[in-house]
Amino acid sequence: MVNSQDFKNSIPLSSISTPERGTKMSKLTSSSSELDLDRPNIEDYLPSDSIPQPHAKLRLRDLLDISPTLTEAAGAIVDDSFTRCFKSNPPEPWNWNIYLFPLWCLGVVVRYGILFPGRVLVLTIGWIIFLSCYIPVHLLLKGHDKLRKRLERALVELICSFFVASWTGVVKYHGPRPCARPKQVFVANHTSMIDFIVLEQMTAFAVIMQKHPGWVGLLQSTILDSLGCIWFNRSEAKDREIVARKLREHVEGADNNPLLIFPEGTCVNNQFTVMFKKGAFELGSTVCPIAIKYNKIFVDAFWNSKKQSFTTHLLQLMTSWAVVCDVWYLEPQNMKPGETPIEFAERVRDIISVRAGLKKVPWDGYLKYSRPSPKHRERK
Amino acid sequence: MGSASSTLTQYDIEDVQEHCNHLFSQQEIVSLYQRFCQLDRTAKGFISADEFLSVPEFAVNPLSQRLLKMVDGLNFKDFVIFLSAFNPKASMLQKIELIFKVYDSDYNGKVTFNDIMEVLRDLSGSFMSDKQREEVLIKVMQEAGYSKDSSLLVDDFVKILDHPGLKMEVEVPVD
Repeated sequence: MVNSQDFKNSIPLSSISTPERGTKMSKLTSSSSELDLDRPNIEDYLPSDSIPQPHAKLRLRDLLDISPTLTEAAGAIVDDSFTRCFKSNPPEPWNWNIYLFPLWCLGVVVRYGILFPGRVLVLTIGWIIFLSCYIPVHLLLKGHDKLRKRLERALVELICSFFVASWTGVVKYHGPRPCARPKQVFVANHTSMIDFIVLEQMTAFAVIMQKHPGWVGLLQSTILDSLGCIWFNRSEAKDREIVARKLREHVEGADNNPLLIFPEGTCVNNQFTVMFKKGAFELGSTVCPIAIKYNKIFVDAFWNSKKQSFTTHLLQLMTSWAVVCDVWYLEPQNMKPGETPIEFAERVRDIISVRAGLKKVPWDGYLKYSRPSPKHRERK
Repeated sequence: MGSASSTLTQYDIEDVQEHCNHLFSQQEIVSLYQRFCQLDRTAKGFISADEFLSVPEFAVNPLSQRLLKMVDGLNFKDFVIFLSAFNPKASMLQKIELIFKVYDSDYNGKVTFNDIMEVLRDLSGSFMSDKQREEVLIKVMQEAGYSKDSSLLVDDFVKILDHPGLKMEVEVPVD
């Protein structure tokens, strides 16, 4: 009889005789090298159970038994790590108690009645100061490029500080402050657009972002443009090349603002990290990882862009007690000899995940927008 | 302020429990309902094929296309019944019947040589040629006392697969 232990671990095809398995393996390696390099090999991440194991003798039962594959499928239907990456976590209700409830009500009154108007006022003042300085600087100092750039940089940092103040951002920065230097890029994990504001208030980064609609888009194309930010449209394949070219040019330039990239390409709920896009890691420049961890004690900083607009997200932050977060500027990393950009990206992801206490999942964040191709299914 | 965790009433839950032969506890049903609502993005009361495929872990499963035929458009009750075969308390027969259904793509109650070949093709992809697959399958079927032309019934599947080693269990996460 077949021993039940290895029976359980084997998948139906595991039991093909050895020579065939040999060719199977070599096919596997050759096919994965031709694959679109943007997607790391999913097999590398799969639990070892699903990798075929040699088996003594093939029986009809082993061939027909598709239970491990079915179990995996049902497991994915019941719960899966990908959906969990993009799940907002509502704060635990604590107002269930007759003593706590009035306290909570008082909190609501303070937050919405006092804090919120105050913050709107702060933000408005911030915008007035910003615009009344920015517009003259932008229009009048046309001839003095250097001075204009410096002033604009300072002003953007200022308005970002106002934004952070408008949600009483308690941000702790660890590590040395980044400076502008050619041939280096900063990469950070991505939870919300406010990541950008939090980082921007310290250093005026040039950032690569998706083109947004509405007032955010307007800001992008006017103010942030002056920082050298690069925009793209996720859905347009042509944009890819243009962005890659612009990236290279930007990194080479000496007096450009330091470049910030969110290689996940999408907002994740600050408990997981999804796959890093390799773009930032094949520029041949030093990569400085930045880890951002939000404290969920008052508000969940995750921007669930499918459910809420950025404006509602901002309002949610502005009506909470505070946004508490830690930012770590980590040790700069260089590509090791013999390392592929993907391996390098994974290494940097490791560093960020460990520092910020995030779990790594092997999924491409873009799967939020598209479905995996049949090619992937076949490979598995 | 109760958290909007579930809109199921006690009555609904008991009704669903009856439907799945009380294989799931009430808490598990609540948890499955939350998951159901999460998957049913547009809140239309059933889960479409595309919504199932939005779970990458499911979409990359080699049998996903086959399973989609079985699960496309499930409402909550059918969703629970489908998953109940993966309950540790479910009978061996129920599990084997589900496996049988995966093979029996035309639902005529018979699994032919070609049905098995198709599933094998899904599972092994391009790593094996059709000829290799056929050889292996013919050999194995003969060893088990079937020929290439015999079609298998549920009873045959039970005979072949009923074995304590057959584990098909999925825990429902309850928080």
